[in-house]
Amino acid sequence: MAEIRLTEHPILQFKRGRKISFTFNGKKLDGHEGETVAAALHAAGVTTYRRSPQLHRPRGFFCAIGKCSSCLMTVDGVPNVRICITPLREGMKVCSPKGKGQLPEDDPATIWTWPGQYVDKILETEVAIIGAGPAGLSAAVETTRMGAETVVFDENDGIGGQLIKQTHMFFGSKEQHAKVRGIDIVPLLLEQIDDSRAQIMLEATAIGLYADKTLGVVRRQELFGLRAQKIIMASGASENMLAFEHCDLPGVYGAGAVQTLMNVYGLIPGRRVLMVGAGNIGLIVSYQLLQAGVEVVEVIEAAPYIGGYHVHAAKIRRAGVPIHTCHTITKASGQEKVEGAVVAQVDSHWQPIPNTQRELAVDVICLAVGLSPTAELLFQAGCQSCYIPELGGHVAVHDENLETTVKGIYVAGDASGIEEASTAMLEGRLAGLCAAESLGKKAISERKEEILSQLKELRTGPFGEKARKGKEMMRQEACRYGL
Amino acid sequence: MAYKKGDALTARELAAQIPPKERLRRGPVAMVECVEEIPCNPCVEICPQGAISMPGGLNKLPRLDWEKCNGCGVCVSGCPGLAIFMVDLTEGRDRAKVALPYEFIPLPEKGDKVMALDREGNELGPVDVIRVQKGKRLDRTPIVTIAVPRKWALAARSIRRLGR
Repeated sequence: MAEIRLTEHPILQFKRGRKISFTFNGKKLDGHEGETVAAALHAAGVTTYRRSPQLHRPRGFFCAIGKCSSCLMTVDGVPNVRICITPLREGMKVCSPKGKGQLPEDDPATIWTWPGQYVDKILETEVAIIGAGPAGLSAAVETTRMGAETVVFDENDGIGGQLIKQTHMFFGSKEQHAKVRGIDIVPLLLEQIDDSRAQIMLEATAIGLYADKTLGVVRRQELFGLRAQKIIMASGASENMLAFEHCDLPGVYGAGAVQTLMNVYGLIPGRRVLMVGAGNIGLIVSYQLLQAGVEVVEVIEAAPYIGGYHVHAAKIRRAGVPIHTCHTITKASGQEKVEGAVVAQVDSHWQPIPNTQRELAVDVICLAVGLSPTAELLFQAGCQSCYIPELGGHVAVHDENLETTVKGIYVAGDASGIEEASTAMLEGRLAGLCAAESLGKKAISERKEEILSQLKELRTGPFGEKARKGKEMMRQEACRYGL
Repeated sequence: MAYKKGDALTARELAAQIPPKERLRRGPVAMVECVEEIPCNPCVEICPQGAISMPGGLNKLPRLDWEKCNGCGVCVSGCPGLAIFMVDLTEGRDRAKVALPYEFIPLPEKGDKVMALDREGNELGPVDVIRVQKGKRLDRTPIVTIAVPRKWALAARSIRRLGR
């Protein structure tokens, strides 16, 4: 049986930092420098972090990328810390919160002075980019190339967003880094960013965005403001949940969480996995699980057809993993964590068919059932929103240049509508180019045409249909708002 | 199309990918098991012989010119979908060689007996590993070549992962 910590991997090499100690509810545990608190807890076998405030149900992480709030803990006295994106430090005290988490003193106002601080300053820049994933980094490539002073924020302690988990070779054509593994694209993008004009701030979370393009940013325990002439929101997406009995048990993880554990920290999520969803993400993560030596018991998909590419399905089928379409999960079993799953066939109305239930012995239920754009800050700033299912739900209305209804605020990548990393990189470049151009920087019109034509090409063909439809609906929305 | 339900490709769906008998007899040749129109074209770029084309553009199906293909295998590790295999029927009357992309550890070694699997992961039977290619050029997608009975030449597409 494999250890939780991988030492060997067919694609990745794991360089672990020095061993450091921390405490979890007073118990001393070890982790490695460079890991998040959640990764260190997972490696130590801790899956339940806290209890839900009302029903006292066990809670662990779900998304592991800082989006879902399932992993909120009290860290060194600070309540409601997302430990899935908090780097582990020597001597950290990690505690389960009582109820919804308590502020350290009676007076809530003291939070700004204890233990962190409010910095009474507002920084200025020409372009602020939120998110250092494929879209954000690509935007910075263009803004800095065109001479705009740029600040890129990311709440993680490293750049690359979800690219750093993509061990497979990308599709597309040479212009979009086809045949290059996602993990290897990050340094290629970084190389193209003119660092004399760019500042990348890590562990920095944008917590507020106002119509005058002022951002509130929390970095470690410090809060400050940043006013930018142009804002590019490249905040990515969050994992969708699926409702079934006991779907809140630790061991029900988003596909992104499984990738994070496995491909960033070299930790296997469990021994036997049920994959829910046969889109490209479900199929690719299943293959990555096999590469990490984890058993994928089966892949289920509620639709009558798989949503992903056949070539991705073929890789796991020839490795012996069954794929069942017209199937859903109806229940997770286990008290403190997942010990099994019940799956059933569904009829044409997506309803489980009686007497088709099967019980599976699994310790991880991996949900790959779609993503939703992370666009809350845009709505706070007053950007008009619309609901387009083909783009993943609520999105900010934007024009062909990716500018929203608030002038000077742009959106790119999954935050503008769920697609692939290849299109996210192109959208990032487009937003960067248009933002810099509107600052009066000299634009190169051929480059914009080139990006638009590549985007169009990637959205051509049967698999581009959803994106085409979504973007067409967006075009109509944009017209409604006079964009 | 059963493959849309996650099933393996059927003989009929594969028919257009199977090189003619006369070409198979002449030497190793690629079998491009890519039957869906997806936006992807590295195979066209990397084939040193220029044997793969994509008439109609990025979203169309790759077309292999069997006459130009010399069975070099560059595409086997270069296809992002790991959908290209090399078949060689020149190993005598009863044997065939199949070269397949293999991204698992441990990597088998030349001389190992391994279990050949078909497209659905079903066991075909034990076979010999006759060559293992790895290295920087293959970028972490090693190529494992197995010697199989000829009847499995178009069926054997994987091997059981070692230590399982």
